[in-house]
Parts: sequence; C-alpha cells; structure tokens
Amino acid sequence: MSGVIFSIGLYGALSKKNVIAVFMSIELMFNAVNIALLAFSRYVVPHRIAIDPAGAEAEIANALTSEAVTLGETALSSLLTGHIFAVFVITIAAAEVALGLGIVIAMYRNRSSVDVTQANMMSG
Amino acid sequence: MFPLDVAFWGLSAVGIFSALAVVSERDIFRAALFLVISFLAVAGMFVLLNAEFLAVVQVLVYVGAVSVIIIFAIMLTRNAQDGNPFNSFRLPALLLAALVFTGIAFAAVVTDWNEWGGLGFQVAPGETAAANPSSTEQGIRDVFGDTTQVIARLLLRDFVLPMEAASVVLLAAVIGALALVREREGES
Repeated sequence: MSGVIFSIGLYGALSKKNVIAVFMSIELMFNAVNIALLAFSRYVVPHRIAIDPAGAEAEIANALTSEAVTLGETALSSLLTGHIFAVFVITIAAAEVALGLGIVIAMYRNRSSVDVTQANMMSG
Repeated sequence: MFPLDVAFWGLSAVGIFSALAVVSERDIFRAALFLVISFLAVAGMFVLLNAEFLAVVQVLVYVGAVSVIIIFAIMLTRNAQDGNPFNSFRLPALLLAALVFTGIAFAAVVTDWNEWGGLGFQVAPGETAAANPSSTEQGIRDVFGDTTQVIARLLLRDFVLPMEAASVVLLAAVIGALALVREREGES
C-alpha cells in the first residue's frame, strides 16, 4: 500500500500544472513513507529482537553509542525508532507545507498564476 | 486476526482510491477534500500498526493543520476554477511512476522477510509464543502497549538534539513564511 500511494504521489507531483496539486502529491508521498516506517517498526524490528535479543542489543549498542548500555532497555526503546523518524518526517512536512504555500502565495501575487510551467523567472 | 485483515484491506482501498482521486480529480478543491480522506485512512493504518500516538498526531497535523492551509492556499489563489490540468510531462511521469512502483513491488516480493522471522500480519511478535512469552517478548508487547511513554523517553533523551533541531527548523519555517507573504512597503 505504501508503494502504491508513493507511486501515485510521484505521478501527481511530476505531471500537474497547478503548484498546489503538486504539493498535495508531495504530501501523499510523505504519508506513504510514514506507513512504511511504522510497518517496519512494527513487524521487522521486533522479530529481530525476539529472535536474538543479545545480538540485537550489541548491534544497537554499536550503532547508537559506544557507551555501555543497560541491557534490555535500549533494545526495547529501539523498537520505536521508526516512530521517532515518523515524528520528524511529519514535522519537516509541516514546515515544508508552510513555506511552500507561502511561496505559492507570493508567486500568485507577483504573477497571478500558480502554473508550474509558467514559473520560469530563473531561466536566463 | 480476521477483523484486522478486513480493516487493513478496507483502509488500503479507501486510501488508495482517494489518493488516485487526489491526482485525477478535475476540481482542485475536491482533490483537497479527497486528500483529507486519504490522510484519515493513513491515520487508521497507523492505529492498525500499534502507533496510536502517531495516529493522533497525524489527525491533528495533517487533517487539522495541513489540509486547512492547503484549502486556504486554494482559496487565495482563486483561479482554481481553471480546474486541475496536467502539464506536458504526463506520459513520462506515468511511466516513471510505474517503473518506481515495479521496483518497490519487486523489492518487497524478493526480499526474504523470513530471514528476520517473517513479516506476516498473522505472526505479530509476542503472539508467536503466547503460551510462555519470554521476558523479551513480554517487553516488546509492553512497548507496543504504551507507545507514547516510550516515544517521550526516546524524544527527550536519546533524540533530544534532533528534536531541538526540528524545533529550530519549524521556527525558521514560520519566520520564512511570514517574510515571504509580507506586504512590502509601497506595494499594493
């Protein structure tokens, strides 16, 4: 499902004339990535830890920090690293939307058009 | 697991249908409304994935804030009546998207998920050895029983620097957006 929505979003982002439609497509792609992150966090990581707790522990300890870590807690916390990633994706997406739509409005004010094919002021 | 399967396929169908509608809808305002439906389906998917905290965040941020901002932008750029036309890259974009989808699907099919213990929806961790769960499996179940607590600990301890950086990014975005749309002196 993640792949399907991402592909739809990619198609829309590349093929639309209206900047706002391009934005909506980009949001679709963000959502698809979040689904994938959470699905991996839910189904792949727990199995890794459940099968080989000590191995996963050592791996995470190596990857995250060189300090000695409390056994058990770090591995279990790393279960939700995908969630943390998704939180940041949502944050960045929100910032991106705010800025992007600001640009759209500024562009509309200057050019009275929101057509990406008309946005060619930078071309020499 | 049967109701969960039904929920998964139902949410997938709603999400994919409304995502298609976002891209193909002629009226951009209705496309934005379909985008809201798609966001809601994704939020439901988060609940299915035991990510209740992120589902709530999804509803608040996307359904609440992002869609309102997008609808505002549509209202402010009022030549929306022109419809929602495609540009000249329609066919290449379709081909590229199909190619990317094929690649993702191929990777998902070829990857041996069983190497890590299987990715079936029926074999959720903890349920495999429900008879006598080890302490690790019990811990995993505990973490997914209360994700918010663990997320808070991770965000404010292990990932505190990225979190502060994200807040700075948000501040910069707010200031930048204000600066962009500010009416300049002597203009209009």
